[in-house]
Amino acid sequence: MARMTYLQAITDGLREEMRADERVLLLGEDIGAFGGAFKATVGLQEEFGSDRVQDTPIAEAAIIGTSVGAAIAGLRPVCEMQFSDFVACGFDQLVNVAGKIHYRTGLAAPMVVRLPTGGGFGGGPFHSQNPEAWFMHAPGLKVVAPSTPEDAKGMLIGAIRDPNPVCFLEHKNLYRRVKGDVPEGTYATPFEARIARPGRDLTIVAYGAMVHAALTVAEQLAPEADVEVLDLRSLVPLDEQAILESVSRTSKVLIVDEANETCAAGAQVAALIAEQAFDQLDGPIRRIATPDAPIPFSPTLEPAVLPTPDRILEAARELLAY
Amino acid sequence: MSTATRTRRRPEAAPKAETADDAPVDLLTAADHAALHELMLLTRAVEERGVRLYKQGKIPGSFYDGRGQEAIAVGATYALAADDVVCSPLIRDLGAHLVRGTDLVEVFRHYLGRENRLSRGREGNIHFGDRRLGVVGPVSMLPDMMVVAVGVAMAFRIRGEQRCALSFFGDGATSRGDWHEAMNWASVRRDPVVFVCENNQLAYSTPTSRQFRVRPAERAAAYAMPAEIVDGNDVTAVFDAVRRARERALDGGGPTLVEAESMRMHGHGAHDDASYVTPELLAAWADRDPLAAHAPIAVAHGVDPEALLRMVTERVDAAVAEALSSPMPDPAGATDDVFCVGEPQGLGAGDAPWSGFATAAIADRRQAA
Repeated sequence: MARMTYLQAITDGLREEMRADERVLLLGEDIGAFGGAFKATVGLQEEFGSDRVQDTPIAEAAIIGTSVGAAIAGLRPVCEMQFSDFVACGFDQLVNVAGKIHYRTGLAAPMVVRLPTGGGFGGGPFHSQNPEAWFMHAPGLKVVAPSTPEDAKGMLIGAIRDPNPVCFLEHKNLYRRVKGDVPEGTYATPFEARIARPGRDLTIVAYGAMVHAALTVAEQLAPEADVEVLDLRSLVPLDEQAILESVSRTSKVLIVDEANETCAAGAQVAALIAEQAFDQLDGPIRRIATPDAPIPFSPTLEPAVLPTPDRILEAARELLAY
Repeated sequence: MSTATRTRRRPEAAPKAETADDAPVDLLTAADHAALHELMLLTRAVEERGVRLYKQGKIPGSFYDGRGQEAIAVGATYALAADDVVCSPLIRDLGAHLVRGTDLVEVFRHYLGRENRLSRGREGNIHFGDRRLGVVGPVSMLPDMMVVAVGVAMAFRIRGEQRCALSFFGDGATSRGDWHEAMNWASVRRDPVVFVCENNQLAYSTPTSRQFRVRPAERAAAYAMPAEIVDGNDVTAVFDAVRRARERALDGGGPTLVEAESMRMHGHGAHDDASYVTPELLAAWADRDPLAAHAPIAVAHGVDPEALLRMVTERVDAAVAEALSSPMPDPAGATDDVFCVGEPQGLGAGDAPWSGFATAAIADRRQAA
């Protein structure tokens, strides 16, 4: 075990899996000599060379499309969108080419698209988005969103080893803020949910950065209620069993998305519970999410839209009192 | 694979060597000319039957054929070695599949929406590719597969393999941004890829004059990429241009753009009467029909085109009969295989019928000469 930040755990996962599997290569803008806009790939070009750690032209469609080509030709590409917002420029290659190729032709595209996501630091409308729902809606793509350093490394390695295209959402606000113990060597964390904090009175379902907001709220409520926090970790596949089991334990559920509300991951979780666990519920399914607006820049506007522990706490109290 | 198809793969004699780098000579034997002619006849026969089956209501959706463009897919793919990859043939490129050895019965099963090995009924018209033969099926968004082909070529280059990727695209595809990204990326990295532009004068109903001011082959210079314009109705010219482009790619010379000029002689699909094309234009191009153009050359090499046509028709008849008696896909499997489970199945090697691969490498022959 080593103590690492979320960002260091990602770098460590890339390095360890590249050492273990020579098919793994990295593609992205400024990831080589510069080490990436967030330094996730720092030192890797030095160790693995410029064919395995490629600085690419600013061409997201080509980064994703050439990764599909490399994957069907037997390599294991991991491509980085400098910010997840820019994946929109490569959407067609990801959704129409990568996502459908196995169903249509039997050819698999084992590749990872790393997506630095999320707001909370004044990034504005083009550097703060949480695009996971776009890809949950695209058949053939897996979508994962770890919240801890240990999971960031293990799920990244799991994504590289997965024979399908995987959207790997890494929350920028966790990069240097969250630290934890990370196992050494290589290990693949399964794409399943995790109980981040067990409880009996209320389940808060979250993923990514919102897991930490939910844990804060659970601690704040500890004197008055026993709150469970379920970290989804994977959105596709969605761990339906873990969600339903948690609801059956607590009978009350609050779902938190940092993404904007309509058709967000939380909407799918809510639909699942409404369909399959209605008779387990002792209160309405509650959701907290960002409203359907672009993420604003100003320090007074951004916190007005992003879910905060205070908003989550208020909703949790209402639900507990129901 | 029929006996006839196998027979044509047997080389008769070593092709003539090139005497100098800039003096291309006919590297095609009599067997090659017979094979090229048969493959073009077969392409046309399959597509004619496909149009008929569509009009009979047996093929769902629509049907897309490449009448008048048979020489491009056949000539270009004929220049590939078994380990090269076609990524991807487009809707006018049935011939590419046939050169690689795609099973005719499977092709018709696919067209008909029957259970089949190519697409399992999940895809229609000419959206298929037999991965076992090194063919990647296309998507409708153009020119997406050019970008993917660059990635395939990148993998070959990184692993130091002597292989290339061949990608087809139309004049219409050059207006999208992915075209630029593929051209630029391949050139910057010198990836071993051959781009074949099928300039068939039309993007659905829109003529090239309303698509661009600078033709694709001229745009290649902006990427420092070699390019040449060939008569797309001359199968030997297409073959030779792609053969040289492939050699350049394998020698580390990077990508080449071959612009093959031709004409789409039918509508965009069988639903389109192409009333926007003048009869005079069609008549002018009909005089340059690629099969008619190649027939005298084939005859000079001892080929009997009439006999070939009879044989091809028999093969098509038999394949259609077998496909029509095949079962439809089981609806219970409609959502199977969205995800890959287990080890990915990779790209295999296809047929490489050119006699040049059966004898010796061209470079060796050139050296000997």
